[in-house]
Amino acid sequence: MDMEQVKKPLGGTVLQTAHETQEKVNNEATTRSMRKILRDGVEKVMNGVFFACGMMAIMAVLLITGYMVVAGLPAIGEIGVTEFLFGTQWASTAAEPKFGILPFILTSVWGTLGAILIGVPVGLLTAVFLAKVASPEVAAVVRPAVELLAGIPSVVYGLIGMMVLVPAMMDIFNLNNGTCLLAAILVLAIMILPSIISVSETALRAVPREYEEASLALGATKIETIFKVSIPAAKSGIVAGVVLGVGRAIGEAMAVMMVAGNVANMPGLFKSVTFLTTAVAKEMSYASGLQRQALFSIALVLFIFIMIINALLNFVLKKGDKHD
Amino acid sequence: MIETEKRSLKRRVYESVFKTLVYASALLTVALLVVLIGYVFVRGIPHITAQLLFTAPSAIKDTIGILPNILNTLYIIIFTLIIALPIGVGAAVYLTEYATNRRLISVVEFATETLAGIPSIIYGLVGMLFFAQMLGFKTSLLSGGCTLVIMILPTIIRTTQESLKTVPASYREGALGLGATKWYMIRTIILPSSLNGIVTGCILSIGRIVGESAALLFTAGVGTVVSGSIIRTFSRSGGTLSVALYMYVSERGEFDVGFAIAAILMILVLIINGGAKLAGKKLKNKA
Repeated sequence: MDMEQVKKPLGGTVLQTAHETQEKVNNEATTRSMRKILRDGVEKVMNGVFFACGMMAIMAVLLITGYMVVAGLPAIGEIGVTEFLFGTQWASTAAEPKFGILPFILTSVWGTLGAILIGVPVGLLTAVFLAKVASPEVAAVVRPAVELLAGIPSVVYGLIGMMVLVPAMMDIFNLNNGTCLLAAILVLAIMILPSIISVSETALRAVPREYEEASLALGATKIETIFKVSIPAAKSGIVAGVVLGVGRAIGEAMAVMMVAGNVANMPGLFKSVTFLTTAVAKEMSYASGLQRQALFSIALVLFIFIMIINALLNFVLKKGDKHD
Repeated sequence: MIETEKRSLKRRVYESVFKTLVYASALLTVALLVVLIGYVFVRGIPHITAQLLFTAPSAIKDTIGILPNILNTLYIIIFTLIIALPIGVGAAVYLTEYATNRRLISVVEFATETLAGIPSIIYGLVGMLFFAQMLGFKTSLLSGGCTLVIMILPTIIRTTQESLKTVPASYREGALGLGATKWYMIRTIILPSSLNGIVTGCILSIGRIVGESAALLFTAGVGTVVSGSIIRTFSRSGGTLSVALYMYVSERGEFDVGFAIAAILMILVLIINGGAKLAGKKLKNKA
């Protein structure tokens, strides 16, 4: 390099330096523009990646819906809609199999209603306690307890139901077999408590203070204010909590399977019964052929129930928003 | 006092009845929890032995051990989170930072709520049909893990979204004003500021995975073999602790083992809830 420089005239060096600088600038410009292209590329890619992630939930819902419909429809077609939905006998492994799921549908409906009947009053009153009555210190003990109830796995509820409730049923009501709809209702009532409590509490807390102050100023007591002003004002939130509880109760499988007895009877408080969920879970492991397809059809019926409940929940929440 | 006397009898009865009901309900809820936990601990903890915890079940020696179930639970948690976390956080980032189309946002949010409402038995069936049969994963930890990924997505999306919303708009404006690109801003400002929400989502998801049984029964199965390699572990059927509880109690009538597992699950739930609370508190402090 030195040798070359010596040979060249002075002007050349200057020219060359200028040339080099120009090249350097050019290079820098290209790197910068390349970096910009790269950066824009990364931006575009990340944009796409995030979009894909966002669409995942929609894809999952479509996948589940698709599979439920495709797997569930054939057996309904083969058995016949009325025969399937309103048949009162389920004998899937008999020589002349019968696939009527009315007992399961009615058991699920009655079981859920029973759980709501017990769970909603207790849950709502506990929510009132947490939102309006309890001092912050007491609420700080009760609220985590509710959260813990929500976290207990359903098989643990099932186990306790099996070991405590079922024998108790036998003793109290003089039954040969303690596994019955009532035991399932009690387990479900406990399991839906946390959803009802937390949603109702949020709704009660959102009631504007002025409503309550006005009521107190008119001479109502605190309890009267809560039950005649706060609860009616928080109605839509409370209803949302109840609907959420219905969804939980109708979809619960394992805990119910362990206490309900799993016989395809028409529902009765002290009879062994099968829910929609347990009908599927009980026979799935060994079913084949039309029996297996019929199980998917039961799941489809359950899925439709859940979708209706979801839509209802959405509707109630939307209405509540507008109301506010 | 004078005021009370002035009130009619009807009002006084109303007042005291409802007050009693409110207190009784709250007491009942707390008592339920105390009795549940106490009962499970009393019946379960004496049966938690070293043999139960650290061995695999052996038909020859006629012993029961839940080591494989503990490992399966651990593996499936790790696998599920590794897949679901990026997708869930990504979806939340998309919803709060990228998406501009209101309709699309509401459709995605509706889908997320729908997913959250679908019962686990249905996840189990679809997982069995799609992952185990259609994709040929068979009844394996892999099928179970994939099923759980879909199941916990709503939890992660929702908690992440909530904490993303608490990041002040000024952070975003500041970063963009300094010339940061969107991805750079998300990577260095937005995600670190909402870390606690993401952690809360993770902990809640772990709670769901630990307690799940119906979705895993037909996807991950009930296997109790400890495999040497990771690939073999995930291609084989493996029951988690909750599934093992169900199998031991319902199929084999081993109630002591059932209660021991229940006690372990309860301890895990206590730890998980405590962890979520802690993460939530940190989040609140910062916001």
